[in-house]
Amino acid sequence: MALSTLDPALQAICLLAVDPQGLGGLCLRGGPGPARDGLLARLRQALPPDAPWRRLPLQIDDDRLLGGLDLGLSLAAGRPVRQAGLLSEAAGGVLLLPMAERVGPSLAAKLAAALEPGASHLCVVALDEGQPDEAPLPASLLERLALIANPPAGDLLASLTGSSPAPGLPLDLAEARRRLPTIPYDDATVQALCGTAAALGLTSMRPPWQAWRAACAAAAIAGHDAVTQGDAELAARLVLAPRARALPQAPAEPAAEPAAESAPAPEASAPAEPYPPEAATTEAASPEPSDGEPPAQDLQSQMIAATQAAIPPGLLDSLAGALSTGGAGSGRRGAAAHPARSGRPLASRRGPLRTGSRLDLLATLRAAIPWQRLRGDERDQQGPGPAPTRLLLRRDDFHIKRYRRPEASTTVFVVDASGSQALNRLAEAKGAVELLLADCYVRRDRVALIAFRGSGAETLLAPTRSLVRARRSLSGLPGGGGTPLAAGIEAAWLLGRSLQSAQGGRAQLVFLTDARANIARDGSPGRPQAMQDALAAAQRLRAAGLASVLIDTSPRPQPAAMALAQAMAARYVPLPQGQAAEVYAAVSAAV
Amino acid sequence: MSSTPFPFSAIVGQDELKLAILIAAVEPAIGGLLVLGDRGTGKSTAVRGLAALLPRMRAVQGCRYHCDPAATARCEDCMRLKAGGRLKTEQRPVPVVDLPLGASEDRVLGALDLERALSQGIKVFEPGLLARAHRGFLYIDEVNLLEDHLVDLLIDVAASGENVIEREGLSVRHPARFVLVGSGNPEEGELRPQLLDRFGLSVEVKTPTEIAQRVAVVRRRDAFERDPAGFCGQWAKADAKVRRQILLARQRLADVALDDAILQRAAELCVAVGSDGLRGELTLMRAARALAALQAAPEVTPVHLRQIAVPALRHRLRRNPLDDTASGERIERAVAELWH
Repeated sequence: MALSTLDPALQAICLLAVDPQGLGGLCLRGGPGPARDGLLARLRQALPPDAPWRRLPLQIDDDRLLGGLDLGLSLAAGRPVRQAGLLSEAAGGVLLLPMAERVGPSLAAKLAAALEPGASHLCVVALDEGQPDEAPLPASLLERLALIANPPAGDLLASLTGSSPAPGLPLDLAEARRRLPTIPYDDATVQALCGTAAALGLTSMRPPWQAWRAACAAAAIAGHDAVTQGDAELAARLVLAPRARALPQAPAEPAAEPAAESAPAPEASAPAEPYPPEAATTEAASPEPSDGEPPAQDLQSQMIAATQAAIPPGLLDSLAGALSTGGAGSGRRGAAAHPARSGRPLASRRGPLRTGSRLDLLATLRAAIPWQRLRGDERDQQGPGPAPTRLLLRRDDFHIKRYRRPEASTTVFVVDASGSQALNRLAEAKGAVELLLADCYVRRDRVALIAFRGSGAETLLAPTRSLVRARRSLSGLPGGGGTPLAAGIEAAWLLGRSLQSAQGGRAQLVFLTDARANIARDGSPGRPQAMQDALAAAQRLRAAGLASVLIDTSPRPQPAAMALAQAMAARYVPLPQGQAAEVYAAVSAAV
Repeated sequence: MSSTPFPFSAIVGQDELKLAILIAAVEPAIGGLLVLGDRGTGKSTAVRGLAALLPRMRAVQGCRYHCDPAATARCEDCMRLKAGGRLKTEQRPVPVVDLPLGASEDRVLGALDLERALSQGIKVFEPGLLARAHRGFLYIDEVNLLEDHLVDLLIDVAASGENVIEREGLSVRHPARFVLVGSGNPEEGELRPQLLDRFGLSVEVKTPTEIAQRVAVVRRRDAFERDPAGFCGQWAKADAKVRRQILLARQRLADVALDDAILQRAAELCVAVGSDGLRGELTLMRAARALAALQAAPEVTPVHLRQIAVPALRHRLRRNPLDDTASGERIERAVAELWH
């Protein structure tokens, strides 16, 4: 059975089993289920039998990950007991990372360091269970995993298992592992891979390298003496296509067409058929040995076409979205559940020793010392224990360190971008946002921007500290249309609430509007209803306890704006001729 | 694959980065190096390659901070060793220490040695990453995402060259002088200006856009992975040349003449671009001198100054949030106006 007839996810599994350390790992997207379990079982079976297979829980602490002192055992035994770290335990095998989309930046950094060439021989299988619109796993980690795949749909897997009774892979991977070092370097293929990566907008140097390794592994599986074009195309589809940031602008050459035509969106439309571009691949590959090497240019354009066919529809949109809303913010998600583990130290407190909390040794000893004689007597009465220790510690001696993390404060601008406001106010709001950002990054504060116009509100700038990104998203802020004030306030309320619940941050809302609402909450026009909805939303804002400032931008102070400010308990600042600098001054005075 | 790092001279392109690293190796007083740019551009490869290439250093044997035997100020360990007789010395490689993003304060600063406190009941200081990086390089990937309290610590230690610990009943101070190398992608977060200013040079790296260069990167990496020893052997000659260049430059550094006219020019440039503080002039002067020493020039010429102006000043300009012009261009423009 040839490699190219398999489902892409199975292809990825095969490649990974042949060269686990060289490829670094695999990111498997999609929720848990039999398809994913089947893939993992196959991978485990295909690896050498003695290769370790470890699961990495998200809440792992540094001692367990990198190795350190096992405190519980040490206390019981009365001598230091060391434990090996999970990273060294998994060396030479696979480290399974469930719920990879929730990995924090610090764990990602440690894994990325372990995946550096020569650091430790590790292979990470990240199970990304996030929804498609959620931010993917941290970029520093994703960058180092060569392969990205989606588990096949259930019926496809069933049909595959039906064809091969044993749940193993229908290929001789042990033989392929032996062949792998003998595959020679091929300049034309590398050139084509580099060109393809460049055409897909991949600036990093890692993807072409990873694609080359994948091509070598594919050649080893197929039993080729050198990397053929088919191998290279397969590698490009598996490694380069899921990372594409741009669609290649290659002219449609005749050689490229069969591949592009015969390959509609691979997983979505025709899952039960063997992998479509296979026909084109074999066609192109078969004349090759007799012709000698085709010119690199041809190779590259064919490869681009094959890769392009493998780019799932909608991928580019989701990538663009991920780029602008940024999965790069540090530790937003999942951070609220943990007490602060770092920051300025506070006095330690008696408490149980749990994962994530750190023992204050001195306070613990200090608490234990007064009881030593009593406890010693007690122990002597009970007969000698298993290991007589000098110091008798009890659970209730434990003192836990506590830290205070500085509050992250976020300023959310809610800008009226409707027709009555668009002309001059938008420019001023943009200027104020940038001025505030320049000041914010000194204090490590963040800024967000919501604009409302037409029929709804839109978060144009997710909370960020990056001036570069803010400037980019502000430059394209459109204006015009009705004034859906209620929608704007509601969007601000949602964002503000999520900010305040995440790690106890503080949100400050700044409204720039003339409060002339004319679109109601349900999107229908009409002033009275719109104003009533806006006031209702404003009261909800007040109930949530969000601090806000309302800057009235109409030519003369509006009673409606004053009423709105009162409803949301906001500071009311009339700024008829407000320039960016004045808006900024008003906001920083309020903050 | 083994722990042999990729040879420094085999890195394709990235000339500005390589030059800045060499300058930092010749003149550690330059105060660190900031590398901004995309992922996968060979930042960490270059830093690790350089450390492997540097000659081994002499250090006091048994000192936890591997002090220089010739140093006048002695650390706690050296004092103790000295009291016991003559100091023994050993040769050891120049350390390159990674500071991971989520590192705890204990790991960075050092902390009470839990093992010995538990087993022997004695209070011993266990040195952290800063102690390990003494006289070497401290490399921080994604420095712009580093947590604030760690940034504060680093600023303090990098400025004073000394790590002071007052916690857990410990009161320890030890030398920690290192070249801070930070890298990051500015799109993911800004760096505080206080920390920015501590970096001597700032380099912007880009991935090579030419296909030929990218192919060369993959080709060399492939050759390296297949046969690390053989590949390093091929590049050993080039690496040795770089090593000789660094060693000679270090010797020459003190003898490189620096004219008052050059200093005048440096000051004029700093005033023209409006850099904050005096660190700009100092860095410009030191970097130009190191560059002259690397090129075996007897004195610093305006050409050296010009070559180093952008990396030395790029990150020191007062930011105007409403002005989009890249800092590098602003400096180039000022250089062109001032010196024609």
